[in-house]
Amino acid sequence: MDAVAAPPFERFYLEHRDVVFAFLARRLGRQAAEDAFQETFLRALRAYPRLRHARELRAWVFTIAARVATDEHRRRARAPEPSRPEAVEDGRPAYAELDDLARHLPPTERAAVVLRYGYDLDYADIAAALDSTEAAARQAASSGVRRLRRKGIANDYLD
Amino acid sequence: MTISTDLDRRFREAAASSGLLDVAYDLLDTPVGPLLVAVTDGGLCRVSFDPEPEREADALARAYGVRVLRASRPVDAARRELDEYFAGRRREFDLPTDLRIEAPFRLAVLAELARVPYGATTTYGELARRAGRPRAARAVGTFMNRNPIPIVLPCHRVVGSNGALVGYGGGLERKEALLRLEGVLA
Repeated sequence: MDAVAAPPFERFYLEHRDVVFAFLARRLGRQAAEDAFQETFLRALRAYPRLRHARELRAWVFTIAARVATDEHRRRARAPEPSRPEAVEDGRPAYAELDDLARHLPPTERAAVVLRYGYDLDYADIAAALDSTEAAARQAASSGVRRLRRKGIANDYLD
Repeated sequence: MTISTDLDRRFREAAASSGLLDVAYDLLDTPVGPLLVAVTDGGLCRVSFDPEPEREADALARAYGVRVLRASRPVDAARRELDEYFAGRRREFDLPTDLRIEAPFRLAVLAELARVPYGATTTYGELARRAGRPRAARAVGTFMNRNPIPIVLPCHRVVGSNGALVGYGGGLERKEALLRLEGVLA
């Protein structure tokens, strides 16, 4: 795959700030979304020079936003009982395990698989992350899963 | 959904404070038109007339790294000194400059250029001589035309051997305006 240089951070930020904020507001509510927004783009800024190519920047930043939202949910839920089935046998959260397993998939399929099964996003949000339609998002996730199964890579989250 | 200007401003401030930016820039309104002013950790690295921010950001990213972001606070010192200069209250700039991308001879020429005092002029040939290559007047002319930090590195004070203004990267009108401000031209 040809390397595509990442654009200046300013352009990346301008192109994605509104959709990322909308996503975080849906997940966390408007108030909490403001802090999560800052955290998301600061994490992106930290990792930005290490990006090997500039394809799928939108999916990349949604993955970061989804992780920030998950952290926030977990923080809220810490007190009484975890409300989400995130704990796993080997102690790694679902998104970390899937991110690893899916790393050889094409970028779109990888993002769809990780966002769907790792972060439990619905297809409307995944479509926003991939800048496509819900149908295309569903398609990308399922062909990613098929590809993983063909390689003999199985995971409880994919069932 | 559009983010609020307040949230936008807070993120840009947080990014600037994080120490993660390669370059911060902002746009300034001045008597010679809008200027784009860019700084790195090392100092001022760019002043552009008639800025096209998209293209400028691309060039800055290539030269200094991709973490280029518009942010106001890192540019405050440069903004203040330029405001004072245009108000006639400042004759020398105290801003550090980041010229790490310049080749050695250009660096020598720009260092000599920085010594040309407010309200005075010199010639391309004289500048070439002071930088150690008396026959390089033409090259010095080209360097002036591509001066990365005009106004602060005062290429407007460099004129032809016959005293003619000759040329200016920002347009002759601006060269005249700056020399008028400094009292060189009536």
